[in-house]
Amino acid sequence: MDLMSDHQNAPATAGQLSSSGELVREIAGLITQALNLDMSATDIDPEAPLYRDGLGLDSIDILEVSLVVSKRYGVEIKADSQDNQNIFRSLRGLAEFVAEHRTC
Amino acid sequence: MDGVPLFAHRQANDVIAYQRGNAIHARQFLSDIERLRGVLPETRHLLLACQDRYHFTVGFAAGLLSGRVSLLPSTLTPEVIRQLRLYAPDAICLTDDPDCAIDLPRVRFPMGPGPDPGPGPGPDPRGWSVPRIPAGQLAALVFTSGSTGVPIPHAKTWGPLVRCVRVEAERMGLASGGGWAIVATVPPQHMYGLESSVLVALHSGNAFCAERPFFPADIATALAAVPAPRVLVSTPIHLRTLVAVDVALPPVGLILSATASLSNKLAGELEARYATPLLEIYGSTETGQIASRRTTATDEWWLWPEVRLTTQNGQASIDGGHVEVPTAMGDILEKTGDDRFLLCGRTADLVNVAGKRSSLAFLDHQLMSIPGVLDGAFYLQEGSEPSGTGIARLGALVVAPTLDAGTITRQLRERIDPAFLPRPVLLIPEIHRNATGKLARHVLRTLVARS
Repeated sequence: MDLMSDHQNAPATAGQLSSSGELVREIAGLITQALNLDMSATDIDPEAPLYRDGLGLDSIDILEVSLVVSKRYGVEIKADSQDNQNIFRSLRGLAEFVAEHRTC
Repeated sequence: MDGVPLFAHRQANDVIAYQRGNAIHARQFLSDIERLRGVLPETRHLLLACQDRYHFTVGFAAGLLSGRVSLLPSTLTPEVIRQLRLYAPDAICLTDDPDCAIDLPRVRFPMGPGPDPGPGPGPDPRGWSVPRIPAGQLAALVFTSGSTGVPIPHAKTWGPLVRCVRVEAERMGLASGGGWAIVATVPPQHMYGLESSVLVALHSGNAFCAERPFFPADIATALAAVPAPRVLVSTPIHLRTLVAVDVALPPVGLILSATASLSNKLAGELEARYATPLLEIYGSTETGQIASRRTTATDEWWLWPEVRLTTQNGQASIDGGHVEVPTAMGDILEKTGDDRFLLCGRTADLVNVAGKRSSLAFLDHQLMSIPGVLDGAFYLQEGSEPSGTGIARLGALVVAPTLDAGTITRQLRERIDPAFLPRPVLLIPEIHRNATGKLARHVLRTLVARS
């Protein structure tokens, strides 16, 4: 049993907002930096799942990403509301969430 | 009366749990247990995969009261499930997830309103009684990963489990009830979560929260949904993130941390930020919880009464109290008094990532079992801790001329917990080992640096 959480099982739905490629690349940069990923930001497929077979992140990584993203953009990330359930489905999903909720 | 009671709550309308902010009373709990017993097939082993902590607890209690054994593996990878099927061919999986894909016969937790548990207790005392379970009854098998790929079961009997958490309740100041609500970020399937959320609530007459909050804002929401006084049961990872985001929490009467040592600095920040004492718990899957400390006051761990530590040739062993057989510890413990010790690191082969423990030997074994892998070795990335969660991760050197790193990672994901997935996977032409087949640490470090 995953000690941290099991949000990777959250069902995915299509995002409502499109977000700029610039924001996607910026967040990709934050992720590779925060997690010491052995790849460049442009190597992350914006549509691929962040969990498991996509980028292969686990829940500890997701907590780390949530931390850097919430500090950088002033967004509050929660797992318990319907709207927020799909934030981590992909880099694109995360960028859409940030675009919609950022305060800085 | 013989046996140890299922819980310490005295009145039928005492609160056992909170689910989405709603109180669940002892009488309802007993009714839900009976309802579940009615749908469980006649098997002896029960894998408790429920994500809701209350559902888990109903499953655990239904098992106890019907002589079943709960199976608590450390992870649910396909390989671990396959091993569990070999170990307990009759095992079924109790789940509350409609999309559960665990490859065992599955029983859905009965959802929706159950039968009315009936009116509150009247003058007739027979209307209310707490079931008792023989102290020696096998309650659960908790698994560690072992070094050869076969999960190792650790038997947990009911009496010692309860004995352990009664001490914990005293250390936490919960022993006399008082209407505490326990919110935990750790799952009940992990030994720490089982003891410090479910069992400590049941045996101190307090209540646990069914939800398992994850992000800092979720923790704040979960705490706000239950009445004060509140306890937050968590880990250094979650707690570090709380402080880093500086999230506001409702008043908390106690914070509990375990799975890895918390720094004195972070403990101080947490106590100051949330105006509450912070206690750390030390234990292991094999022994359960055995010591605690107020981190801001001392580095020394204080053993449970009657639990004894002995050390011989640097090997620490624990016995007494709820620890029924002398148990060797994976940590280096330095005794500083009859009931005190210092934690001085791990023995060489063990790795601990986010409270999940494994051995490099086990991980290497899993790596080498991948078709196409000729040689390989996991290593701990020293000094590469990321900024917020402070978790040291693993990397792996692999000799596999026909495979790429992505294939190796996918194969490993079938076999080991995601927390141990190596990052990076460094593909190299060969690994020079010494005459005994061992790979010296300094050779490994050189190989990593060169790659």
